[in-house]
Amino acid sequence: MLAAILLGFLFAIFLVFTGKFFRGKLAILSALIPAGLFAYFASFIPQISSGEIISKTYQWVPAFGVDLSFKLDGLSLLFSLMITGIGFLVFAYTASYLRGHKYLDRFYGYLSLFMAAMLGLVLSDNLISLFVFWELTSISSFFLIGFNNTNPASRKSALTALGITGFGGFSLLAGALLLGSISGTYSISEMLSMKEAIAGSEYYILAVVFIFVAAFTKSAQFPFHFWLPGAMKAPTPVSTYLHSATMVKAGIYLLMRFTPVFGDQEFWNTTLIIVGGITMVYSAIHALFRTDLKGVLAYSTISALGILVFLIGLGTKAAFLAAAVFIIVHALYKATLFLVTGIIDHQTGIRDVTKLGGLRKIMMPVAIAGILAAISSAGIPPSVGFLGKELTYEASMHAETFTIIIVIAIVLTKILLLWAGFVAGIKPFVGKLPEAHKDVNPPGFLMWAPAIILAVLGILFGIFPMLIESALVKPVVSSLGADASDYHLALWHGFNTVLLLSAITIAVGIFLYFFLKPSAKLESRIGKLEFISPKSITEKGTHYFSVFSAFWTNVFQNGYLRNYVTTIVLFLVVLVGYVMFGNPTVLIDYRQLSEVTAYELAVVIILIAGVFYTVFTKSRLAAVAAMGVVGLAICLIFVFYSAPDLAMTQFSIDTLTVILFVLVLYRLPKYLTLSDYKMRVRDGILSAALGTVVCLLALQVLAEPTNTELGDFYAKNAYILAHGKNVVNVILVDFRGIDTFMEISVLAIAAIGVFGLLKLRLKSTDRSQ
Amino acid sequence: MEILLAIIIGILYAAGIYMMLRRSLVKLIIGIILLGNGANLLIFLLGRITEGAPPIIPEESKVFLEAYADPVPQALILTAIVISFGLQSFAIILVKRAHKVVKTDDLDEMNATDEDS
Repeated sequence: MLAAILLGFLFAIFLVFTGKFFRGKLAILSALIPAGLFAYFASFIPQISSGEIISKTYQWVPAFGVDLSFKLDGLSLLFSLMITGIGFLVFAYTASYLRGHKYLDRFYGYLSLFMAAMLGLVLSDNLISLFVFWELTSISSFFLIGFNNTNPASRKSALTALGITGFGGFSLLAGALLLGSISGTYSISEMLSMKEAIAGSEYYILAVVFIFVAAFTKSAQFPFHFWLPGAMKAPTPVSTYLHSATMVKAGIYLLMRFTPVFGDQEFWNTTLIIVGGITMVYSAIHALFRTDLKGVLAYSTISALGILVFLIGLGTKAAFLAAAVFIIVHALYKATLFLVTGIIDHQTGIRDVTKLGGLRKIMMPVAIAGILAAISSAGIPPSVGFLGKELTYEASMHAETFTIIIVIAIVLTKILLLWAGFVAGIKPFVGKLPEAHKDVNPPGFLMWAPAIILAVLGILFGIFPMLIESALVKPVVSSLGADASDYHLALWHGFNTVLLLSAITIAVGIFLYFFLKPSAKLESRIGKLEFISPKSITEKGTHYFSVFSAFWTNVFQNGYLRNYVTTIVLFLVVLVGYVMFGNPTVLIDYRQLSEVTAYELAVVIILIAGVFYTVFTKSRLAAVAAMGVVGLAICLIFVFYSAPDLAMTQFSIDTLTVILFVLVLYRLPKYLTLSDYKMRVRDGILSAALGTVVCLLALQVLAEPTNTELGDFYAKNAYILAHGKNVVNVILVDFRGIDTFMEISVLAIAAIGVFGLLKLRLKSTDRSQ
Repeated sequence: MEILLAIIIGILYAAGIYMMLRRSLVKLIIGIILLGNGANLLIFLLGRITEGAPPIIPEESKVFLEAYADPVPQALILTAIVISFGLQSFAIILVKRAHKVVKTDDLDEMNATDEDS
């Protein structure tokens, strides 16, 4: 199973090196990979439908409980088959759709990366590895949406999608860690057995909220839905594959996967019903106002995802059954409609539905596919869509509370979706063919065949529901923790309320289709409400956030060294000062202090005078000389207090520095007065405060006992171990010899730098500024 | 003497920071040097000062027989002095070079990259 998941990654890497061979006729060969994987996963159908669960665990980071463990049950199998099956058709379709594209190989690379990540996501049994695959799908989606990278709108949409789904991924990680700490494991199977412990935990709500945010962002639920219409900037194969059939269902998958863990709780069910309900009605209404075919499809996809969330929220067996069927239904008809739209766009260059018509005369197979998909989407018998709709209605009618509102909402949504399906699947093919499209070429076989296959399957499964019943639908329901063995899918359930609702839906929907034509006028009307949509609110938020961070950065990272120094010093003074004021007694044991002799006092006075002269003199040369005096005075202090080596080093280094300074700076211009009186006073106060703090700190440390263990060790062993009598020298060249060696290297580097700076000829930078 | 040394350290720190807050590059380097001297003295003082007893083992014996100054702070300071010389010499040459190119000693006129100016 690991190999099956890795295959996509390996192929993507393989394409990096051999890409140029796949740009031409060989491109179609890439479709063999999803085809092979589809066959591989299909071979598990008998085992899974008999109730088996196949799992495989590979250790990854066992110390953190992170494993590459995979589990294939009904739910995973359904998604795997969708990913590889639709993947196969999309791969083949792409070979024709993007024929001769400069970066076709890159496109296949991203697609197979996505496919592998998506497979990993639905097969992972470990929350952390699920998270990793989840993020990989977001990233590959980013590349695919932004595939037309010369188009600014496309780049912007890619960024929006990445931002929203990335936020969701972050939330997923938080939820995963929280769940991991509640249950003590990252294995999803093990969490299933701890349902009570998790539901009883005080972090239950928080964990659920995190998972919700992850699922709602990925599956484009209100108010995170707006990235999906933007994602339609991607080439149509991507919209088909990622943004209708697979990736956007990852959130649905996550919710379904966690239903047995989190389900049957009021918070879980109510939230899902409300969010799903709002999403499905809101975006179904939005679809009415679109003229771009892909816009209509995008909003109807969001609406369909809303229905799925809503069904999971209902949480009954009937609802799970409806959800399982509806996933299949939706994948089949929506992918077909996207493929059809892609063909129309590819051949005519137009996606504006108000300007399309009569295309059946040119592309009959495509028209058949479109019409079949529209029928399935409308839920007209004998399509599988009818099954899905019946089940959905039945589940809604058995909702425990607010049944009437729920039923009205779902019927309204279905009516509007019927309209959307008809507009996308039927409208471009009927009526009169516009003059401009008389010479449009019919699409190639590779383009229309995938659409026809999916559309025909949508009808076939409706007539023979037993094809999917025990193989796909029931195992999904049992993965959700319900038992559906007593239920049978069938087109005919007798005369009942559900059938009546279906009839009303179809009648009203078709009436609406003839009555309400999509128009630019309607589209501009909804545009006026754009300013209160979640999209513009988020965009404004992002805008102001970046304005704020620019302001913030400019305040703190303003490029002036002295402001940084001021900030650091001020912080230090306030913090250390605060601690010292809280503990104000500086104990000085005067008996321990050494006496001050006259010559010491003289040195101290010279030193202080030197410092003041260095600071206040107006001449640079005098400042350097005074600094030299300070250094020599320190040298004398070293001499008085038993540090002959330090004195020697200080003496030579100080002399060298002064000489270097004088030699180099001799030619610099005079000091300029660059600061005013006020600034100097302010800096002076700050520096004095720091000096005081350091001084008091030193006194306070002196009052504490010291530890001479280290010094004693070196002193004892200097001669015995290292055969040297000057302990300081022995430490440097023997005990800490490697440190000293490093220090010499640093000096060598500095010397090289100095040499370079002196010898460097400024050819390119010597221009006058 | 310890108190006097602590005061000297305070003065060196204050002077060093004051110089670092000036706009002139040369003053910045002087500030760093003063601050470095202050830090060296601080380490020296906190290792406790001892008069007239350098950490050198007498000629005729293998270990110390009398009190001796702690060699560890001295080793640290020696390293610090040498390293700071590396820093100073590089900085001084850099100032010279920068002055040759941009003809200014004022830090505020240097806070833009080539592209901005």
